[in-house]
Order: sequence, then C-alpha cells, then structure tokens
Amino acid sequence: MTKDTKNPPIDRVDGRLKVTGGANYFADFELPNMAYCVLVGSEVGRGTITSLDTKKAQGAPGVLGVFTHQNMPPIPGWDAPVGGEADGPAPKPKREETYRILSSPKILFDGQPIAIVVADSFERATYAASLVKATYNKQAARTELEKHLSEGVAPKGADGGNYLRGKADAYQSAPVRLEANYTIPIEVHNPMELHGILAHWTASDKLMIYAKTQGVNATQQAMAQAFKLDPKNIHVHTEFMGGGFGMGLRTWPQETAVVAVARKIGRPLKLVVTRSQMFTLVGHRPYTVQTINMGADTNGKLVGLAHAATAETASYEDFTEATVNMTKFMYDCPNVSTRYRIVRLDRSVPIWMRGPGEATGAFALESAMDEMAHKLNLDPIEFRLRNYTETDPEHNRPYSSKNLKEAYQRGADAIGWSNRKNEPGSQREGDWLIGYGMSTGVFSAFRWEASARALLKADSSLTIQSAVTDIGPGTGTALTIIAHNVLGVPLNQIKVEYGDTSLPKAPTQGGSAIVSAVGSAVFDACTAVKKQLTELAIKEGGSLAGRQADELIIADGVLSVEKEPRKKVALSELMRANNLTVIDKSADSKGGSEQSKYSMYSFSVHFVQVRVNPLTGVVRVSKAVSVADSGRIVSPKTAASQMIGGVAGGIGMALTEEASIDHRFGRFVNNNLGDYHVAVHADVPAIETIMIDKPDPIINPMGAKGMGEIALIGFAGAVANAVFNATGQRVRDLPITPDKLLRKLT
Amino acid sequence: MNQFQYTRVTTPKAAVSAISTGNGSYFLAGGTNLIDLMKREVVVPERLIDINKLPLATIEKTATGLRIGAMAKNSAVAESELVKKYVPLLTMALNAGASAQLRNMATVGGNMMQRTRCAYFYDTAMPCNKRSPVQAGADKGQTNGPVGCGAIGGINRMHAIFGASTKCIAVHPSDMCIALAALDATVNVSGPKGDRTIPFGDFHRLPGDTPQKDNTLLPGELIMSVDIPTNKFADHSHYLKVRDRASYAFALVSVGVAVDMKRDTIQDIRLAMGGVAHKPWRLIEAEQFLRGKSATEANFKQAAMLAMNGAKGYGENDFKLTLAPNSIIDALKTATKTA
Repeated sequence: MTKDTKNPPIDRVDGRLKVTGGANYFADFELPNMAYCVLVGSEVGRGTITSLDTKKAQGAPGVLGVFTHQNMPPIPGWDAPVGGEADGPAPKPKREETYRILSSPKILFDGQPIAIVVADSFERATYAASLVKATYNKQAARTELEKHLSEGVAPKGADGGNYLRGKADAYQSAPVRLEANYTIPIEVHNPMELHGILAHWTASDKLMIYAKTQGVNATQQAMAQAFKLDPKNIHVHTEFMGGGFGMGLRTWPQETAVVAVARKIGRPLKLVVTRSQMFTLVGHRPYTVQTINMGADTNGKLVGLAHAATAETASYEDFTEATVNMTKFMYDCPNVSTRYRIVRLDRSVPIWMRGPGEATGAFALESAMDEMAHKLNLDPIEFRLRNYTETDPEHNRPYSSKNLKEAYQRGADAIGWSNRKNEPGSQREGDWLIGYGMSTGVFSAFRWEASARALLKADSSLTIQSAVTDIGPGTGTALTIIAHNVLGVPLNQIKVEYGDTSLPKAPTQGGSAIVSAVGSAVFDACTAVKKQLTELAIKEGGSLAGRQADELIIADGVLSVEKEPRKKVALSELMRANNLTVIDKSADSKGGSEQSKYSMYSFSVHFVQVRVNPLTGVVRVSKAVSVADSGRIVSPKTAASQMIGGVAGGIGMALTEEASIDHRFGRFVNNNLGDYHVAVHADVPAIETIMIDKPDPIINPMGAKGMGEIALIGFAGAVANAVFNATGQRVRDLPITPDKLLRKLT
Repeated sequence: MNQFQYTRVTTPKAAVSAISTGNGSYFLAGGTNLIDLMKREVVVPERLIDINKLPLATIEKTATGLRIGAMAKNSAVAESELVKKYVPLLTMALNAGASAQLRNMATVGGNMMQRTRCAYFYDTAMPCNKRSPVQAGADKGQTNGPVGCGAIGGINRMHAIFGASTKCIAVHPSDMCIALAALDATVNVSGPKGDRTIPFGDFHRLPGDTPQKDNTLLPGELIMSVDIPTNKFADHSHYLKVRDRASYAFALVSVGVAVDMKRDTIQDIRLAMGGVAHKPWRLIEAEQFLRGKSATEANFKQAAMLAMNGAKGYGENDFKLTLAPNSIIDALKTATKTA
C-alpha cells in the first residue's frame, strides 16, 4: 500500500445484499423444529416476587414450557458471573453480588425477566406470556440519580476515579472563572434490529448460536464459561447486524438463559426481545451529572480545569466509562483535576453507547469552553487555539499524529464561520434567530490484537477471512480496499468472509478499533501472500528472475517491474507455473513498542448552524459540517456515512433523545420508538463531511485511525453552543427541547 | 394478544347491526391505534367488525361545503384538490400528523376515534382512570391495571392545561381534529336509533368523572362522514405544530388558524388548539376579540391572553402556559401575512 495515495470511494460491498433482503440477520435464521420464547418482565422496580402464577400460561395453546426462578434449568458456570465475559472490551461484573437471571425471586430493576415462556410460535409464546401473573412485595425503587448523588463511589481501577496534574484548585485564583453543571439523560441505543439470540444444541456438548453480538468470539467465550464447554464446540455466527451502537458489546444474561432453556427443551430456541425490552435488557447510556470548573487569565490562557462526573449504574454491577478523560489531555493547561463516581441504583446496568463516556464528557467540556470563550469575548476557535497542545499533557509524550488545527480551519471555512457574530442573539432571519456553534471531539485510536487469513486462488480471486462482525460501518468494504491495496487484486474479485467463529479470531467490533486491528491483520496476511508471489517470480527460473523484490509492484492482478512495466507476470500465470491452486496465509497482528511511546487519538470538529424560534423554543439544525482527523481514510464512502450517522445521532442527543422514568414507579414511560425521539429525516439537514485524510505514520501500516466514535463525540456541544450564540441562553441539560429553552427565553 | 372474532361488513347498515349484537365489539378501520391498544392489552375486544369495505371514502363538494367520507384515508384527504382549495387548514393539519405510512392507513373516522397517547393509559402496570376500571370486553370484574391518574404528579410534560379533571389530564392527540373543530365541521353518524348530526365541538368531551369516555357517540353509532361548511378562510390558514422533533411526534401545543382578511382587518376568524385538552380546544373568546380588529402583534397578544383564561399547569407541563399563547401569536402572524 502506498500511504500517500488516497483510497477509492467504492460502494459498500454488501450494499446490494442489504437492500435486496439477501443479508441474513440473526432473526432471519429458521431451523427445523425451532421454538420461540418471550420474556415476561417485572412490573416493579425493586422487591421480591411473592407469588407467580404460570398455570394459565402453561395450559395455553402451543406452550412448551414456562421457566421461572423456581424451575430454571441450571447453568453449569453459574458460579462465574453470567453476562460478563473473558474476552473483548466488555465490562466484567466487579461486585460480589451480580445479577443472575431467573435465579431468585429478588427484583433488582423494573423489567427484569421473571419468566421465559416457550411455545411453538412467536405469537403463541407472546400470548402465553401475557397470562403469567406475579405478585410482589414491593419496595420503593431508587432510580433518580440526582437524589442519590452523595452516594457516589469511586470505581476500582488505577486512579480510583481521581486524576490530578498540578494544583486541583488553581482555577479558583484565576481572573476569569466558570462553574457550570451539565446533565445527560438516559439514552437508549435503539438500533432498528431488535436484540436476541437463536440457540441450537447440535449435540449434548455442541452449540450453534446465531446472535446479535458485536463480537462472535466474545459470545463464544461467554457461553463456554457459562456452560463449561470447550470454546471449540461453540459456533457463533453474526455476519450482519442491524445497528449495534454498543448494545451488542457483551453477552446479556437473557442470552445465556435462552441457551440453557434450549438445552432443556431439546429444540432450537429463538428469542427476539420487544422494543420496550430494548430499554431495560441491553444497556443504555447512563444518566450523568457533571460539573466543570474552569479558570483562565485575561489573555485566554487556561489556568486551571476541574471536571467531575457522577453516573448511574446498577445495584448489582459497576459500569464505568471514560467520561472525564478528554479533560486530561485536550488542552494545554498546567492544573487539571478530574473526579469520576458511580451511584448504584435500582436500574438495569448501562453499557457503552456510541462515543460512550467521551461523548458525555465532551458535551460538558466543550460547552464550558464555549462559555469561557464568551466570558473572555473571544471567538471559540481562537480560545481553543490559544490552549492548543502539540503533545499529550497527560502522558507527556507526542501524539502519533494530530491535524486538529487544519480541521478547525477547514470546518470553519465550510460552515461559513465568518458569518458568525460573537454577540449572542444578534442574528435573525425573519422571526427566527440564527446561531453558529462548534465543538471538538476526540477518542483513543486503538490497535488491538487480531487475526486474518488471505487466500489467493489461481484464477486470481482473493478471499479474506476474519471472525469480526460488521455492525454496519462498512468493515467488509474497508477490508476489501486494504487487501486490494496490498495485492492489487481487482476490487470485484475480492470477497471478505466475516462474522463467524470458524474464521480467524478477531476482537469485538467497538471502540472505533476494527479497521486498525483487523485491517492490520488483513494487511499482514496479504503482505505474506505478496511476499510468496514475489519470491516465486524472482527465483531462478521464475518469470522475473534476477529482479529484486523492492523493484516490483503489484496491480490489476499483475506483478511487474515498476520502472519497466513490460516486464511483468500475471498472478494467475505465476501460480499455475508453480502448480499452486491457492496461496493461503494467515497473520496475527498487534501493535509494538510504539503503543507506549505515543498517544494515539482520532480527532473531530463539528460545526453547526441552528435556527431558533424565540416564541416556541423550537431549535432546528440548519447546517452541519463534521471534520474527521483520523489518519488515512481507508474507505471514503463508508467513512463519510459513518460521519453522517454520527451527526444524525448527535442531533438526537442534542435535541430529542431522553428515556424518561417515572421515579415513583421506577419505570420508563416512553419505552417505544413513538415516544423516545430519535432524530428523523426532517430533523437532519444536508451534512457536509470533511476528511483530513493524512496517514498516521505510527499506528498501523495503513496509517488509519478509527472514526465511529468521533463522528458523535462533541456534536451535542456544538448544538448547545450554537443555541447560545443564537439566543444568549445556555441550556446545560440535554436534550434541548422547546420547554427548556422557552423557560430561559421568557 | 387475546383471541377475538373478526367480521367484515360491506354496508353501514350491516356494520351498525353487527356492533349492536354484543358487548366488546369494536369497529376496525385503519387500525393504526386499535391494533396497538390490543397488543398492549389496553383494549381487549371480543369482536372486531372490519369496516374497511364500507363505501364511505368519497370526498365531494356539496351545496353547503365539503363532505368527507369517514373511511377516506388521511393521506387521500390531505392530497385532495378540493380540500387543498377550500380548506387548506385541513391539509396542513393532516400533513403535520403521524408519518406518511400511518396517514396512508388511517381514516378520517378512525382519526377522530383515536385514544390519547398518555403513557399511563398504555402501560397496564401504571394507574389510569381512562383505561381502568372495567373496559368493555374484559372479563367481568377484571380491570386493565390499577386505577388512579398516573400523570397527575408524574411525567405530564405532554398533558392538558385546559378542562382537565382530578381523574384525568390526558390530551386528545389528533391534528386533523383541531382543523375540523376550527372549521365548524359537523359529524354525520348512523346508529341503531337512526341518523343524527353532531357539531364537531360536541363530538369529543372533557374527562370529568368519566375519562373512559372520549366522545359523545352513543352505543352502536358509526361515523359516516364529516361536513365542512363553505368559508372564506382559504387564503389565510395556518396550522402550527410545536413538537419535540420535526416529524412523527405529537404536539406539545398546536394551533389551527383560519382567517378572512380584508386588507389588514380580520373580518372573521377561527382558532383552535391541540395538545392542551381532552378535546380540540376552540378559542372562542380570542376569536370574538379579534373579529373586526387589525392584524397587529398587540392584538394577537391580547387575544392570546384571553385564550389562556382558565389554563392550569400540572408541573412538567407548566411551560405550556407560555408556549400556548406564544404559539397562538406565532400562528396568527403567519396566517395573517398577506401573500
């Protein structure tokens, strides 16, 4: 691969399959003799089941079994925390008391499964589930974070939730000071595809699973642990996923339960949860309260910065995320402290949701930066530039690459930042107020361990294999381009096989890490193929005998001497001449010592123009420009789609998304897609995406860094900042709905 | 979903006769709300009488105005040239409602009959006086969940500020009905005791002590059509819907305005609000005040103030006490703009 060459903007390789219904998602699989199950959820948020009447359900037509804490088949690995896992980036339960589905009458959260009803059709299982009746010894559910902020506990870990550089209270003595609180509500991933699993015991110790998981290897490990099986006996298949956004980053307890029940009934068993169960059984972005203290001198130089965050978690498991991390390294500031706490509530456990904690933290930090810029009467970009850092102040080491200044400039040019007026509330179009806002996003650029295999056949077609799941970002497309760049095989002769544990092991898709991890493994496997081809060509008696390997280039299925293009051999010919039907190379790939010498991050800058109706408080995003500085862009079209998706999600986060709980009952009141407002097309303007597209010379052979998270991180702050610019009013509690803005405007 | 009988009828007479033969029978039109209610077991019919084959989908000009058949689809009404020409307010209101897919299924009669979207009504684990006690069709003595009003003292951001009761503060969710209320429509119904006409303003009701009753239809009555009288409002109509997202969301507050302007003077006007009450909320006092006045912001403000007489917030929805009058002003400004 030539690093200096931009990559071709090819169409998504699985696009046709997806739009024609040819792509099979887990629930599309139908097996002979398959049974269906439906979960019955608790209607109280805390308490104990006092009676459970399953008789009617058991007698309903087609019912094969009703499983409760009284008759749940054993899970041999029950001693190990069910739902945690040994592999991948999923959180491990960190507390003694973990939640084990259907193991006790104790209710830990509203919606907790109290029964699994199995029938010969989904409809019959659904009906029978409605006949299960429970009574409870009810207790008041503690679900409101703001009432329990003082109960925050420090997470276990290296820094115990505290970080300090310089003096913690330096901001107090700065001439210009800001203290502000920001809140983020519960957000729910809500991909279109519902979560679930299809479990099939093909022998007493052999298991086939079709699941909605972001990592087939992680699910394989979790099930191996739960059922004390050799992982080799567990086959997990998840080729396509109808959106994940983080909710598939772990194996959820109900999946394990379905596997156990499938064994008990001796039939393949499918679970597809309901939309309302998506709010309680597969995680969410945790409600988080943050405080920023910031001090600057009159020249706009940061003096001190303190960022504290408190987030909800479950009573039975500690979930933590990197909410305050960005504050540690984003700006050049000598005195920085952060504090992170979690509060254990009667709620189901959260999980990372796109951008995860960094998106939550960036909303607070980047709103505060805007607030401080206003206090200093500085342009918000100028304020950021005065505190720009070329090296990572947290770890005192260089960035592997950082082109954020260029990103600020290009984004500003594209949105028409020069039309912005620093004086808030000073621009109108008819009755609408106009404002501009911007915000920075940043996320770690990882390089995890991954494996891949490349098979070049004599007809010069190439197959790439890796167990990685494509949750939608275009992984298959990116891997195709990487292979094409190394081996010169025409794009339409490359096939990528993925999403199956029979393929070389790969990490869970998450953390914007897959192009870097799996892409590097594909790069290495293809490089090994290329090496063999080259050796065959230049060996004695070979078609290009006597040449040196570094003289050769490979393109369009032909190996040739770069400076004498007529000296060439077709790959197919070369293989036939050597009686080879296939060249088969595998690679295990991981980063080296550079991982500790450099700080590796992807950066983004989001710009928006908003229109605000001062009478109704309605906010519309009228323009959006998102700039990504994430190294070499491997697949330009799918990368742009990632950014567009991030902006759509960001508009939801900023303006519409909030899962509301009635705390008197500890129960959601808007757990459906009609009332939980994800942004719709009418909320999303045309989005301009800009890629800096400069290779990172350190991170991996492609020079590519991830983009899934940075597409969202910071966006909500840009909207809040634009709303302030339009109105002079600062909304610090997301989402910015008309009621909140109206209270401030009138 | 529980088992139920299903009957298809092809004439209004057969429909009325079928629904009168037993308790627990419901008409099924577009099904965009009823099917959801059945899935959630909020409504548990014993029998559905499918009226989709009734020949009631005509939209026609009559001597006194427009007549719209009860089974006309919301999308067909919105796209009708007659409706666009004579009652553009209705087109605007329809297009502000639901989504294109839902409008393609939903009928005019069904739209009028849709239930509130109050979350407590839909969750049988939550208290609701509208849903419980005993629904027609439920086992005798069985209620669909606890009684009481969950919204009072609960999540009531979407709820009523006018005409609510201690039993219920839910709002009627329709956009279409706001336009029909503003335009003085009448509803033609047919029932076991014959045909009658109900003024639109009397069709829906306030909750009082019987919030389970959304409207004044008598048992067995079928909506046949809606009449909209001829008016002079076509040039100055506006439907403003303020909502949490730009499409597919119910109104926080909506305002339907229809004005007959002569230069800057308001000759005649109709005003109705949605998202504020258990029924479409006509602003009679504000209309009376504005008649004969010039279209100025000061007059709009005065009218909006009058419209707010008797308004009451319940906590989370207090913002509507500001949003409602502001929306009236905003809608009046837009409607009275001269082309």
